Amino acid sequence: MTVLSPLIEIRNLTRTYNIGRTALHALKNVSLTIEPGEYVAIVGTSGSGKSTLLNILGLLDRPTEGTYRIRQQDAGELTDRQRTTLRNKEIGFVFQEFNLLARATARRQAELPLFYAGVSRKESRRRALDALARVGLADRADHRPEELSGGQRQRVAIARALVNSPSLLLADEPTGAIDTQTGEEVMTLFEQRHLEGLTLVVVTHDREIAARARRIITLRDGAVISDERRPAPVAP
Amino acid sequence: MRLLRYFPLAVENIAVRKLRSILTMLGVIIGVASVLTTLGIGRGASADIMQQIGSEGLTLLLVQSGSMFDEIRTSDRPLTMADVAALSDRSLHPDIVQAVPLYRQYIFPGAGNNTGFLEVVGTTAAYAEIHSLELAQGRFLTETEIAQSTKSVVIGADVVQRLLAGTDAVGQSLRIDRQPYTVVGVLKRQGWGRFGNLDGSAIIPLAVAQDRLRPSFTAHRHRGEYTVSEIHVNAASIERANAAARQIEQTLRLRRALTADEANDFTIDNQAWLLERVNSVAATLTAFLAGIGAISLLVGGIGIMNIMLVSVTERTREIGLRKAVGAHNRDILLQFLAEALMLTLVGGLIGIAISFGLAEVVESFSTPDFPLVVLIEPGSLAAAVSVSAACGLLFGLYPAIRATRLDPIEALRHE
Repeated sequence: MTVLSPLIEIRNLTRTYNIGRTALHALKNVSLTIEPGEYVAIVGTSGSGKSTLLNILGLLDRPTEGTYRIRQQDAGELTDRQRTTLRNKEIGFVFQEFNLLARATARRQAELPLFYAGVSRKESRRRALDALARVGLADRADHRPEELSGGQRQRVAIARALVNSPSLLLADEPTGAIDTQTGEEVMTLFEQRHLEGLTLVVVTHDREIAARARRIITLRDGAVISDERRPAPVAP
Repeated sequence: MRLLRYFPLAVENIAVRKLRSILTMLGVIIGVASVLTTLGIGRGASADIMQQIGSEGLTLLLVQSGSMFDEIRTSDRPLTMADVAALSDRSLHPDIVQAVPLYRQYIFPGAGNNTGFLEVVGTTAAYAEIHSLELAQGRFLTETEIAQSTKSVVIGADVVQRLLAGTDAVGQSLRIDRQPYTVVGVLKRQGWGRFGNLDGSAIIPLAVAQDRLRPSFTAHRHRGEYTVSEIHVNAASIERANAAARQIEQTLRLRRALTADEANDFTIDNQAWLLERVNSVAATLTAFLAGIGAISLLVGGIGIMNIMLVSVTERTREIGLRKAVGAHNRDILLQFLAEALMLTLVGGLIGIAISFGLAEVVESFSTPDFPLVVLIEPGSLAAAVSVSAACGLLFGLYPAIRATRLDPIEALRHE
């Protein structure tokens, strides 16, 4: 087995929000390491700090204390520009509420990261259509969100998250706003990519969804209370 | 330019909010249209006046005795040949090319089938030159004829018909005040101008007129000097006409020993001064309209800023998402600037289109007596476009900066 350097390495990470005069500790002294190609579920009740952790992993937020290293770079030392570029090229986001642009077609949604990466129009179009085809929406490229079902919208969001071939996909309750059947389809799409080497971190409060992962990290009150690794599921 | 990348996006965002975009642009549209139209009316009127004044003869100054307020320009102190000689001194009057005397009398010819008076003008050969007189037949009086006081005459077009019964006038003899004169030339018909109408005049050598004609309005002599009715002064250029007028004024005041509190008892008619006045009125008008334009664009700009701020708030989630997937602050800034710029530019262009429509409407009220011409100059159009654009950038900047300052997490959480 090859020894890989960790993709994500966090040490003694604390995130404190100051709400008025009281300090709210969203994360307390969290340390963990995620290797490339892992499939991790982060579970916990609401308010356990899992979304905060995901935001820090996704370079949207900065820790109050502690260090976060992504691909061996100290995130705390990166400029805003470098963090944005890293988000654009290395990290894909999928949100519970899809967060699609209200009036853009599926193709335009998928092209968005490429626009900011400075990719040419023609190339963007090709790659966006390709990404849509991979989530099974080749025939929906010219549809706007209001013309799509919830599951289709989330698939557009997945196409957008993966269009720039990131190495890390962060999903925040990706099945929270869609029915169970569709949720399973969405998870299957993620897992296909995981098999191709994508590192997957899924935040969920759904035990069944979490159970699909190979590693489950449980948070409570901002601290890791369990970190269990499970064997690969046996093919039926 | 990097900003151009954001224009398709801006067009899309403006197009999906059509009504709001039009309402937002309204301030700029009205501002640009009204300023262009009123400016056009002002420019049209000033061009019309300029055309009436004409560029010809603008270097000519007309000097007469009597103040501007006298009903008839007669004075105890007429202009004399000594004044002409003084004004001809180039060293004291560097902006004057030449001073040409004119002696005018009205004679009853007593010949032919005419009933009225004949205007007889005595002058020098230079007169034809400074007035660019054109002749229909023959020639103008020569230097020699002037110097030798030859009884030659150049007549206006009407005189031929009145006194010589048409046909070939040159060479014929014309009796003026009981003296025979030989017609050497006939002037082309001119009509009325600033210097009167020569169509009914006879022009003879100055000294002949002063010696031989019986005085009607003007006395022959004043303190031993021959008098003149007018002095036509040719300035070196239009630009130097005002300086020439000042030099004439100085000399004449000195010669007439006027004290500081005495008004001029002579008049200098200077059209270059009029031209300057028209230009200065036009400049004041332009500045005034530009001020109104600036105010309306300010109002329009504030409207745009207001709507852009609303738009930033409405699209908080979108901004958060764009940042999450890799939009740099500069991308967000440029996107919102492009939108504001687009609004004001389109508004400006619509305003220009409307101003052309308004120009047509205004011109349709034009009558021959009261001509209305709207002159919208390319410079005004360029100014309208660039001021609109500047307005968009200026008033779009603050909302755009607000957009870049949004925290992506807060933005994504925004409901």
